[in-house]
Amino acid sequence: MQELSLNVLDIAQNSVRAKATLVTISMDEDTKEKTLTISIADNGCGMTKEQVAHAMDPFFTTRTTRKVGLGISFFKLTAEATGGDFSIESELGKGTTTTASYHTGHIDMMPVGDMVSTMVSLISMNPEMDFVFRHTLDGKTFTLDTRELKAVLEDVPINSPEVVLFIRDSLTEGEQELKQPEQAN
Amino acid sequence: MKSLEELRAIRDRARVNVHLRKENSPDNIRVVVGMATCGIAAGARPVLTTFTDEVAKRGLQNVMVTQTGCIGLCQYEPIVEVYEPDGKVTTYVKMTPEKAVQVVNDHLVNGKVVNDFTIGSVGTMK
Repeated sequence: MQELSLNVLDIAQNSVRAKATLVTISMDEDTKEKTLTISIADNGCGMTKEQVAHAMDPFFTTRTTRKVGLGISFFKLTAEATGGDFSIESELGKGTTTTASYHTGHIDMMPVGDMVSTMVSLISMNPEMDFVFRHTLDGKTFTLDTRELKAVLEDVPINSPEVVLFIRDSLTEGEQELKQPEQAN
Repeated sequence: MKSLEELRAIRDRARVNVHLRKENSPDNIRVVVGMATCGIAAGARPVLTTFTDEVAKRGLQNVMVTQTGCIGLCQYEPIVEVYEPDGKVTTYVKMTPEKAVQVVNDHLVNGKVVNDFTIGSVGTMK
């Protein structure tokens, strides 16, 4: 994977397969402390204690089409390469939360990349699911919640081309505003 | 910040088109992009984005772009399968956003399979 946003897209596919109805993707960044925490939390089918214990093993998978499962291993490696941490919390029937934390000043820190495209792909490919994207940068937070959008859209599908364009623009603007220095009122 | 007011206006405009679009009609062409770890690592996300953007830009109401997991041909990713209403399936391999534009133009719009990108021709080139 060339950027972290692709790892996030990959891990969120596990939530799709786990039949989650809500996936919350959070990024918490502190530029002074040079830390970043990314978490993907779902309310899908969850895993047994034994499955959680094996989930980080690349040669363990519940899939029957092939013998490897590399998504979690890749994601774990991106965090550990920066001296950061990685954890999975899961409960059968409740859901799974995957958390990776990074030391962003480390030479092996990968670029976060295009989170907007990751969110747009997830939302437009899984219209029946809900997604929350929450990005906190030095205490300022930007949130996009598809449940709010769906309340406005009523019978119009969230993956209609016009709506997808609106979501892409909202995310892009939200991210830009987050990165702008605080304006004096 | 985009406002929900703006979204309301978009909703009202989109509602006119909704009845034109039939989600599960047998007359639809289905474009399926492999989005497992292997696909994503090989560059499936920009390919998927290109397909959705081009289909929206051209207003192709009969084309549905969807995703699937790993189909077991990881070395050929990004893989895109096109399912046509008559049962014909075309498998495109080692896709890029540029190739995706050509598949939309030639195949989805004009019904002409882009033979150079199919698994049959790429797989036997070696």
